[in-house]
Amino acid sequence: MTGLADHLIIVPILLPLVCAAVMLLFDERRRDLKGGIGIATTVALLIVSIVLLRQADLTPPGSGVRTYQLGNWPAPFGIVLVLDRLSALMLVLTGVLGIAALLYALARWHRAGPRFHTLFQLQLMGLNGAFLTGDLFNLFVFFEVLLAASYGLVLHGDGTARVRAGLAYIAINLTASFLFLIGVSLAYGVTGTLNMADLAQRIQALAPGDVALVAAAAAILGTAFLMKAGAWPLNFWLPTTYAAASAPAAAIFAVMSKLGVYIILRLWTLVFGADAGPLAEFGGDGLLVIGMLTIVFGTVGVLASQSLPRLAGCSVLVSSGTLIAAIGTGAGTVIGPALYYLVSSTLGLAALFLLVELIERMRDPGADVLAVTMEAYSETNEDDPGEEVGVAIPATIAILGGSFIACALLLAGLPPLSGFTGKFGLMAAMLKTGGATIQASSWMLVGLLTLSGLATLIAMTRTGISSFWARMDDSVPRVRIIEMAPVVCLLLLCLGLTVGGGPAMRYMETTARALQAPQDYVNGVLSAPRAGSTDRQAHP
Amino acid sequence: MTELVFALAVGILTASGVWLLLRPRTFQVIIGLSLLSYAVNLFIFGMGRLRVGAAPVLENTEAVDPALYADPLPQALVLTAIVISFAMTALFLVVLLASRGLTGTDHVDGREDPQ
Repeated sequence: MTGLADHLIIVPILLPLVCAAVMLLFDERRRDLKGGIGIATTVALLIVSIVLLRQADLTPPGSGVRTYQLGNWPAPFGIVLVLDRLSALMLVLTGVLGIAALLYALARWHRAGPRFHTLFQLQLMGLNGAFLTGDLFNLFVFFEVLLAASYGLVLHGDGTARVRAGLAYIAINLTASFLFLIGVSLAYGVTGTLNMADLAQRIQALAPGDVALVAAAAAILGTAFLMKAGAWPLNFWLPTTYAAASAPAAAIFAVMSKLGVYIILRLWTLVFGADAGPLAEFGGDGLLVIGMLTIVFGTVGVLASQSLPRLAGCSVLVSSGTLIAAIGTGAGTVIGPALYYLVSSTLGLAALFLLVELIERMRDPGADVLAVTMEAYSETNEDDPGEEVGVAIPATIAILGGSFIACALLLAGLPPLSGFTGKFGLMAAMLKTGGATIQASSWMLVGLLTLSGLATLIAMTRTGISSFWARMDDSVPRVRIIEMAPVVCLLLLCLGLTVGGGPAMRYMETTARALQAPQDYVNGVLSAPRAGSTDRQAHP
Repeated sequence: MTELVFALAVGILTASGVWLLLRPRTFQVIIGLSLLSYAVNLFIFGMGRLRVGAAPVLENTEAVDPALYADPLPQALVLTAIVISFAMTALFLVVLLASRGLTGTDHVDGREDPQ
């Protein structure tokens, strides 16, 4: 337990924290240096995440999870970090999006305001911490870390639209945090623990009088997480905020809204699994209904969107809604394809957010707020490399258009990209009940998924025609390789997910099976030995 | 009696906070958020059970009767929550001022309601 390799779990949290702290020491004008440190850190993060994913994948199912006890206090007294297949998957996803968004930002966005790189690293730290932690209150702390960073990133680049959206975003997230705190403390007051694994165990032996209180705590917590995930009716802030945020910030926010989905999936399968006594599958129908309503709202939003950024924001809602509804069906076989869909739609959405800004550039070249603020900042910047960060690429329109079509295929769920595999897997899992009659809700969800795909296709086609074919002027936007490469790489990853669909789906299904057997997680966390001791700690 | 006063205090703070949060002026929103954070902090504290005259810190490492002591964990949680909500309120204040400066109004929508 004392080998260096065992400390690898905490690296995804410590590395960005140290990096962010170091960057604060440098002058704001040394952006290239900061960018270099940022890229190096993010690449290192991705490598560590992939190593952790390998380790999690090599652990045979049924042999527990890897834990890291902070301060060497055994769970449930100390705070633990837990690495299982699901958290490792989310870490890798965060790492990939982090690199893509940061590379994109290096072209110009990191010059649009102060301390972009520090905020970005803290955002990554918060996300990684929230994915790794096995403790409810620690989860709250990491939520606040990533939210505090995201407040800064929403406002990055300045401008009235961002400040106005940021105001609503901060207010609603502060309120959600208060709900989170109420839920956490209520759960603690009743069960006497904050450790998720311990909570799962204690909930099975709940006094009859306490059941209602735990249900209330779970409902309040669920509301807070659904707010972050963008579930209807608490999601009116999301499209506006994501549309107003700068492109790299919006791309990293694509994984942030999936964090809410992740927590719901984690807590719901762990705490309210089949053996949770009177609270088994608590709120499953609610999740299903809320998910379906979110899909409807997102679909209407996609169709009604006048601008491309807003369309991308509404697509986030469709994706979140699909996942929440899939979790709410309560069928174990749906979780695997849902995770596949989660990865593919997050990559697709991030690519779309990055792409949207490039396409919008055609519309009013250089006339946006960014240009003004960048001028204001680069006045004091003597070593500003100017506009020539990379070479403007030939055939820009063709590449932009091709990427746009790929995004449309991904989000609408059409072959040959991974969006199709994900949606098809979801539908197949819902309709394959092994002889039992298919529930009406499953049919409704399948219908909604099809309709939302159709609506996305219509809306994206319409926007594509007006952006690429029916333009008034023939100006070619100035797009640099460093901006185009992240978009293309994200889309290629989706293609890779399709080509390597077999292994990817196998991993997701193993993850889903592990989530269905929460006892494994509980035992792994609670009976993990302390470092330096040979006896396995019996937990009280 | 203590419980009743405590519960009333939390309830009134929450109700006032929610009401102010839904008001159209940014200053009312920030005061509402502050009141809500007070209510939540009190609530967390209350989840450790209300005890009079019980210390949260063990005095010695000998065998002690935990029933004589207050639960220290919620108090630690409250400290964390206070620090975080204080920082967030300060940040919100900055955004509020920026919004006031950029839009020229203290309405949450950035423009006055048409009369």
